Amino acid sequence: MRSFHFSWQGMLAILFCLLAIPALPLLAADAAAPVSSGTTFVIFILIVAAAALSFMRLSADLSAATLFFGAHAAGWLLIAGISGNEGKAQASFFILIAAAWLLAWRCVSVLSSMRSHSTAGNYTLRLLIPAIFGIWILIIWEAVTRGAGVSLVLLPPPSAIGARIANSIPTLWIDVRQTILTAVLIGYIIGCASGFVVAILADRFAFLRRGLLPIGNFVSALPIIGVAPIMVMWFGFDWQSKAAVVVIMTFFPMLVNTVTGLAAAGNMERDLMRTYASSYWQTLFKLRLPAAAPFIFNALKINSTLAMIGAIVAEFFGTPMSGMGFRISTENGRLNLDMVWAEIAVAAIAGSVFYGIVAIIERMVTFWHPSIRGGQA
Amino acid sequence: MEKEQFFKHKFLPVTTIVLAIILLWYVFAAALNAPFQRDLDRRGNVTPTALEFIGKTLSQPKPTLPAPHQVAQNVFENTFLRVPTSNRSLVYNAWITLAPTAVGFAFGTILGVLFAVGIVHLVALDRSLMPWIIASQTIPILAIAPTIIVVFSALGIDGLIPKALISTYLSFFPVTVGMTKGLRSPEIMHLDLMRTYNASSWQTFWKLRVPASVPFLFTSMKVAIAASLVGTIVGELPTGAVAGIGAKLLAGSYYSQTIDIWAALVAGSVLAAVLVGIVSIAARIVDRSMGGRTA
Repeated sequence: MRSFHFSWQGMLAILFCLLAIPALPLLAADAAAPVSSGTTFVIFILIVAAAALSFMRLSADLSAATLFFGAHAAGWLLIAGISGNEGKAQASFFILIAAAWLLAWRCVSVLSSMRSHSTAGNYTLRLLIPAIFGIWILIIWEAVTRGAGVSLVLLPPPSAIGARIANSIPTLWIDVRQTILTAVLIGYIIGCASGFVVAILADRFAFLRRGLLPIGNFVSALPIIGVAPIMVMWFGFDWQSKAAVVVIMTFFPMLVNTVTGLAAAGNMERDLMRTYASSYWQTLFKLRLPAAAPFIFNALKINSTLAMIGAIVAEFFGTPMSGMGFRISTENGRLNLDMVWAEIAVAAIAGSVFYGIVAIIERMVTFWHPSIRGGQA
Repeated sequence: MEKEQFFKHKFLPVTTIVLAIILLWYVFAAALNAPFQRDLDRRGNVTPTALEFIGKTLSQPKPTLPAPHQVAQNVFENTFLRVPTSNRSLVYNAWITLAPTAVGFAFGTILGVLFAVGIVHLVALDRSLMPWIIASQTIPILAIAPTIIVVFSALGIDGLIPKALISTYLSFFPVTVGMTKGLRSPEIMHLDLMRTYNASSWQTFWKLRVPASVPFLFTSMKVAIAASLVGTIVGELPTGAVAGIGAKLLAGSYYSQTIDIWAALVAGSVLAAVLVGIVSIAARIVDRSMGGRTA
């Protein structure tokens, strides 16, 4: 039996196919565009064949490729079958989706045990594995919302959200400009810069450090987001008040992290600098700031998400006629949930891009750090 | 000796800075409230002396920036002088906020630990789930928290559960990250030692990995409980002026009751400090009972 390779996901997928047979057809009898029995047969064949092939002792590449093709072709056929028949899916439909998802899981397991010899291959693997996971979240979301006919007011399917994004790019762009390119960016820059400057001051004067650090640690646990209504009262409805909230939220993480980072340089290195008779500023710029860079980037990364949150939440306390928080709250009131989700998707993408840019700069600046040299980051 | 160090290196600097902040606060309060007061005086045809004028700026009923003593007075009145069941009592509002925070934190911690265990033991989960867990935090969930609450209430689910879910979402992340790090913190030497004892992976998990992860767990729990409080407060925003610290903030912002906003902020901060304090005490007790030395 050495050519046989057991996997519980494959086993379960075949079992699900057997379970689905008595529960046929896929769609209710009164469906407008019924799925032909030929297509149904193809879906069964795809799942069973992919599962069966994964039991053979094939090479990992081949096994992953079969599983990938089987799971996604079956998933695509199932999703395509639902169009025009929203809310008509029967139990067998969901059982088959589950079977295809199990195959995708098996595929991910095979892929994650693979080790490529080339860097490009490893890089592809690192992207492919989470991508499959994400795609299946969308497939299941789509299948459940459209298959079971969930109302658009409760949870729109990903395809409707995608269509909404494509149709309202100008509005989305105005909101992104108002919230992210103005409030978030300006607030982030001012907040991080002032936190950094105060940290340098605190480092120069020990008394200030001993006094500020406990307070900074304390403040970072407080719900600072609550200052939003006050800032709106002080700075008016436009972006200035949002930027002010962002400044306050990003200041303390930067302060605490930079002060900790400045203490990170080893005693040996500091002594070496002293033997060179270097001044405070030379030691600061040539030794301690580079050593503090990982901590500073940690704060920059934390702040990139905090800044997004601060700006959008502050818009709930009053805004001009644009901005992501404004759009989310008004469209929500009109039950245009697809627009709300479109804003959420845009916010998520913008947040990831923001975080990604900071991470890339970190990689370039702190290339010497073990966590990056080891390639784990 | 040690007491003197504490006084000189901790108490003195912190007190100085706190006093400086309060002093600055007074200066700002006087400066920010001055334009409105000047306007009032001009209309009322009064010409107060400088001292009287400053006194007036610090006792406006709806100041731009309330003076510290005004906030303190409001907090004191609404905490100690009101029946704890009254709608205006800060104790009542803090209690309303506390319940979802606690439930959300508990779920978040459990979920975070489960994710971490899965991630440490299953390579597939590590490589497929971990990137999405990190990406999930770039979604400003806090920004859409009010939407989630409204959708839930459209479904007929109200009250504690939706707010607790948002708290859960915010608090699971630090726990997952910290716990994953903690479960992976035993050195290879120790893992090898377990192997020489012929320990099963179950035994290695309970006798080596779990004890090693405890300090990491408590550190992340401190972050998580603060995050879940923020989640609850933001989750309270769309319920209008019903109850809870978030609702107090929103009501204060609607009616320009600045002193009320600041009092609600103070209440939220005290709540956060108490919650983090409780976790720290729990951490110390567990640490001691596990034989940790006092640092």
